[in-house]
Amino acid sequence: MTHAGDQAVIARSVTRDFVGRDVLRGLDLSVRAGEFVALLGRSGTGKSTLLRILAGLDSDYGGEVLVPRRRAVVFQEPRLLPWQRVLANVALGLKPGPAGRAGLARQCLGALGEVGLADHARAWPVTLSGGEAQRAALARALVREPQLMLLDEPFGALDALTRTRMHALLQDLCARHQPAVLLVTHDVDEAILLADRALVLVDGTITLDVPVGLARPRDRGHPDFTGLRDRLLRELGVAGPAGPGPARAPATAPIPT
Amino acid sequence: MTVTGISDDPEAVAGTALAPPSPAAAAGAGGLGDLRLGRPAPGPRPRRLPVRLPRLPRLARRVLGPLAAVGLWQLVCSLGVFTSVEVASPVAVLDAARQLWDTGSLQSNLLISLQRVAEGLSVGVAAGAALAVVCGLFRLGEDLLDPVIQATRAVPILGLVPLVIIWFGVGELPKVFLIALGCVFPVYLNTYAAIRGVDVKLVEAGQTFGLDRRGLVRRVILPGALPGFLTGLRFALVGSWLIIVVAEEINAQSGIGYLIMQAQTTDRTDIMFLGLAIYAVLGLIADALVRLLERRLLAWRRGFGGA
Repeated sequence: MTHAGDQAVIARSVTRDFVGRDVLRGLDLSVRAGEFVALLGRSGTGKSTLLRILAGLDSDYGGEVLVPRRRAVVFQEPRLLPWQRVLANVALGLKPGPAGRAGLARQCLGALGEVGLADHARAWPVTLSGGEAQRAALARALVREPQLMLLDEPFGALDALTRTRMHALLQDLCARHQPAVLLVTHDVDEAILLADRALVLVDGTITLDVPVGLARPRDRGHPDFTGLRDRLLRELGVAGPAGPGPARAPATAPIPT
Repeated sequence: MTVTGISDDPEAVAGTALAPPSPAAAAGAGGLGDLRLGRPAPGPRPRRLPVRLPRLPRLARRVLGPLAAVGLWQLVCSLGVFTSVEVASPVAVLDAARQLWDTGSLQSNLLISLQRVAEGLSVGVAAGAALAVVCGLFRLGEDLLDPVIQATRAVPILGLVPLVIIWFGVGELPKVFLIALGCVFPVYLNTYAAIRGVDVKLVEAGQTFGLDRRGLVRRVILPGALPGFLTGLRFALVGSWLIIVVAEEINAQSGIGYLIMQAQTTDRTDIMFLGLAIYAVLGLIADALVRLLERRLLAWRRGFGGA
């Protein structure tokens, strides 16, 4: 089973348990090449476990998993090496091609340019803001021209304004590079805004698989948008009609006394 | 359970056993206002006038304290609080330095002490770092070596002096050996802890971006452990001066420690103070060198620099 046509991910009957607790129970998943799939689920349902398996970070699972050779991951935290400048972080693990080191540097600078960070190539990661660091992580993923991009709640730690800008940037980049994308998120609106298809993971299996057939750019106020949001929220076990972004935690913490 | 590449050449995912997924970093909490309950709302707070010291360069400010101490020392001696055998004044120490310089004994003894420290330090630091890498990277190395190192560390090094004399006689070797031994442990402990403390998230990131084991060690683990190594190096420097004093006072015919011991038999307090001052200055210089090294190698860090 080495070639599967236009499929970027095929997972069959995947199981994974941690000390007796089944996190994934016979999960099936397929992602077509170039398709943007959002995987929704509450915390602890196995979203990140699945992503780690697809990324090759976890090999203690059962079942069958097929993934392309060129994969890239963007984690919730940027995970830039603090002792390497931004450009070297983008080039991490890449071997110079026929164009040599200069060619590699140009290629990485190009990726940084795409995320608007060309000016920061020589900066240390510690000097970047949260959004900038995550953009650098995005450039590090993109520069590999991945056939599969795995995004593990990549915007979860960003403020709302930065997150909106990152959504636009990601859509732009995906339109240009056409990787298959698996976005793990707990933000229903984010899933509907970005994805071609939304999956809901409950107790280790996918319980809902719906295409997001909305024209882009998508409007959060559109009845189809809110209808889909309600459906996904119900599947996630969040009761009640939805206000804007009810799945999200309150933005401010209560003031302790 | 198989992982195969869908593209032309199948390729097993390079998966090694790692720690279970760690919880994602918490989102930054919103900053809370400075709420103090049970206190009336403060009006414009009476502001203390900032004490404005004349703006001196950092270096000048750092030298100020030691200079004042030397001045006080000279003052106390000039007032005759102590006899010249009890405490030598700075002027007398300088005088002794000039005398010893003229006979050439200051230079030669200083040189031999420096040489001993340099040799012992380089052997000890290299050994400590090598052991730390072996134990830090490999479980097997840790299981085999770490208990031995920990047990050896518990032996007071200066307690070994009589044994070392039997083993190596009274030449250069016992002194270099003692210094090297004293440098191994701080470097080992700090580097080893730092290697084990490298963020597993960064290691994972390196793995997903195609670093092999060697690449991970070279690009992620060793750079991440560098701050710990430098801390160990500073401890080693301090330790090496401590040990050379004892090593040179017990069985030596040369070195700064030997000068001090000789001075004791002739009641030359000025030379004893001179020796101690030399140790102090050399220690300061060594520390400054490591600081410089840290500033160059750890430029990527941004810590609290002090107000």
